[in-house]
Amino acid sequence: MDAKHTGHMSRSMAVFAIGFLLFPLLAVVPVSFTSKRYLSMPEGHWSLRHYAALFSSSDWMSSIVQSVLVAACASVIATVLAVTFSVGVWYVRSRIAKAMVALVLVPMVIPPVISAMVLYFMETKLGSWMPSAGYDTLPGVVIAHIVVITPYCVVTMLVALSPLDRRIELAARNLGAGLAQTTFMVVLPNLKLAIASTFFLGLALSWEEISVTLFVTSVNVNTVPRHIWTDLRDNISPGVAAISVLLLALTTAVLLGRMAVQHLAARRQTTH
Amino acid sequence: MNAVNSTAFKRALLIAPLPLLLALLYGLPLAGVIGWSVTLPTPGLEQYRQVVTDPSIRDMLLRTLRLCLSSTVLAVAIGYLLSYCWVFASRPWQRVVEIAVFVPMWISVLVRAFGWLIALGNEGILNTLLMSVGLIHGPVQMTRNEFAVVVGMVHFMVPYAVFPLSSSMRQIDRRTLLAARGLGAGGLRTFWAVLVPQTLPGLLGAFLIVFVFCLGFFITPAILGGGQTTMIAEYVYLQMFQTNNWGLGAALSVVLLAFIGLMAALLMWASRVNKLVR
Repeated sequence: MDAKHTGHMSRSMAVFAIGFLLFPLLAVVPVSFTSKRYLSMPEGHWSLRHYAALFSSSDWMSSIVQSVLVAACASVIATVLAVTFSVGVWYVRSRIAKAMVALVLVPMVIPPVISAMVLYFMETKLGSWMPSAGYDTLPGVVIAHIVVITPYCVVTMLVALSPLDRRIELAARNLGAGLAQTTFMVVLPNLKLAIASTFFLGLALSWEEISVTLFVTSVNVNTVPRHIWTDLRDNISPGVAAISVLLLALTTAVLLGRMAVQHLAARRQTTH
Repeated sequence: MNAVNSTAFKRALLIAPLPLLLALLYGLPLAGVIGWSVTLPTPGLEQYRQVVTDPSIRDMLLRTLRLCLSSTVLAVAIGYLLSYCWVFASRPWQRVVEIAVFVPMWISVLVRAFGWLIALGNEGILNTLLMSVGLIHGPVQMTRNEFAVVVGMVHFMVPYAVFPLSSSMRQIDRRTLLAARGLGAGGLRTFWAVLVPQTLPGLLGAFLIVFVFCLGFFITPAILGGGQTTMIAEYVYLQMFQTNNWGLGAALSVVLLAFIGLMAALLMWASRVNKLVR
């Protein structure tokens, strides 16, 4: 009886906590369907006008294209860097390699605003040599995103590598495979799903990145998060609600995709 | 011998690019920013003197500490409750908690802040609800103030509190809880005397992680605070892009970085102490 009582109490408190977590996300949805021009509840007149406005706005469309480009480039490069680094560390597993891991993960603990400032510094210097890849350029944003997202990609890869049986490497070597053959024909095929999940993580992180993006762009580059930021600061229109709902849907889809990948990976491991 | 060496070399080639790239793109510029703090606008420690003596900066730092501490306490408390349900409740409950924690975590910080702006607005859901129940007669200002900032930060930080807390709860031997009940302890007594002490390392870890995160982010405070409640990170942003006071912004960043380094050292020390005790 007593046990059920505590369970009951903590659960009813948890319902409030869960409500608190989901409340602001759900609050956005009805507002995006208002038929009015300003931010309001639909009040019986549901309308898709703000979604239509979004898709006919060249500003928003160019933001979406830029965000997609940046996220695709940054996540591909970050994945390649994270995979080579993690596989290298997995082969070597020395004290120096461990120190390298710690070093590579440092940007994760540094507050975003400081990383943003550091990358602003880097981009302005880079821009003085190579204006096409520096401050307020698409390649510049890609470089900044790579720096920010790669540590997270490394963590994902290292976690995936830790249960990998080391004997597969030895077996391959004994059978006469070189490092490249071992890597491409034995190690990497075992990591396909981990690499996919690393890529998705990088894609999501880069797509949503705002703190650093704000510091390294001004007028030429306007990613979706930057666009939302400007709208939220200047005049909040229901268009922001519409794009927010689309982002909610997209994020949930990516999340489900990632969960499916993990589920597949888990099933593979149990059947093998 | 040569073959072994060449393999070792090739492996080093796999490892090298990322640390090198980060040293170039992050390490060097970090040194540059630290350099700014003692050279801009004039060489010397003037910026640091300003950080220590300027009363408006002191107010801002105190506000940062106050808002971060209250957000951290609330986020860890809510995180503790959710972790408890995630680890010990029945399967369906675990699933619900999992979704409630993971979905918001992956939603853009901007969308989350915007959601609170709508939910807490003068004609927002919460005000409408409270008025229809009759608790309040006119709309209560709930955005663009410290209340909104705390709500937004707590909302952002709960998932980050849940991870260390739930992992420390998973390590607990459940039989100690059953034993306490078997010896006649009530639910609350079991909670305070058996569960909480065993999760202290997780609590400390969660507290420090959440606190450090709170200190550093500025999107949520900037949107929900409406300029009235500037915290250190937003202050740095304003110094750089509105007043062009890069030296002061850099000096504040260095102070923040040193403070966070101290907290990280504290976390490492605390976790080692714990290992010693065990």
